[in-house]
Amino acid sequence: MTALLFGAHGLDSGVLPGLFLHFGMLSLLAVGGAITTAPDMQRFVVGEQGWISDAQFTSSIAIAQAAPGPNVLFVAVIGWNVAGLAGVAATLGGSLLPSTALAIAAAHLGSALENSRGVRAFSAGLAPLTLGLLLAAGWILTDPVRDSLGAMLLVPFSAAVLLRWRISPIWLVGAGAAVGALGGAG
Amino acid sequence: MFNRLALQGFGGVLAVAQHELVERERWLTPAQFLELLSLGQALPGPNIVNVALMIGLRFHGARGAAAALAGLLLAPLLIVLLLAALYERTMALPPVAGALRGMGAVAAGLVIATALKLAGTLRSNPLGARLCALFALLTLLAIGALRWPLVAVVLGLGSVAVAVAWTRLGR
Repeated sequence: MTALLFGAHGLDSGVLPGLFLHFGMLSLLAVGGAITTAPDMQRFVVGEQGWISDAQFTSSIAIAQAAPGPNVLFVAVIGWNVAGLAGVAATLGGSLLPSTALAIAAAHLGSALENSRGVRAFSAGLAPLTLGLLLAAGWILTDPVRDSLGAMLLVPFSAAVLLRWRISPIWLVGAGAAVGALGGAG
Repeated sequence: MFNRLALQGFGGVLAVAQHELVERERWLTPAQFLELLSLGQALPGPNIVNVALMIGLRFHGARGAAAALAGLLLAPLLIVLLLAALYERTMALPPVAGALRGMGAVAAGLVIATALKLAGTLRSNPLGARLCALFALLTLLAIGALRWPLVAVVLGLGSVAVAVAWTRLGR
């Protein structure tokens, strides 16, 4: 029961406030979507706190992409790997509460906001940062497989296929799983 | 409704959302959808969650927003946690560990593809191509190589970029 609630890593409830606060702060910085904050999540839970390994971190995102639903659910898998169901509540709650409050406020302000110079400058100014963050996220996700030529070939291959053909990413995730299961990413 | 959307949305829900809400259910015109989407993208947080919230609010108030959020997240959350638990039990097996390495590599490729798609849209950015490239490169270096905290990069570099965009939009 404790393993279900807090995960299998022997961490206790002491990690939860830190987890919740960090993901809550990142929620407000997620101007290009949740995945742009993945590098800082990795820096915090893998590098700074050592709660999970870089392989577990990348697997969390891979598992979320293999399942239906919004991509933001990868934060739930990270929470699960850090501290079980309590961790899920901390990471997902942290990721959703602040931005949800802002979205509700914005919906009330309505369309007066959206063509103002301030909002346009905000979106335009942060767009190139989003690009840099996505590239950094892609690079950091390769951390656990950088020693494998097969896996490192899968990275540009899957990016190129997705850009060239309009196929659902799930087929690529499946192909990656098959190649890996047969030892091609070892 | 949002439950159906979510379960169809392998690898992201936005494209499916557009199809269902605009073309099938006709809850929104294409222009309304685009408007909500751009607002959802300007706001921090997961884009589709923001859009769902605002649609729920617009049609049914707070109860609509709660329903949209629950519909969007609950079933997929259960599925993804089952997968995570299953992985936890089996990750010692070589084929499972290998499969996850392969999937992780593909996940990296998918994120990079998203980045390259976004790069195409930056042509029309008021900052201009050169400044966009510079800001993107500095961000990549600060976050990917130097591993600076995101909050410092967004507040520092982000403020400069937004200020430049503000002055250019005023001309």
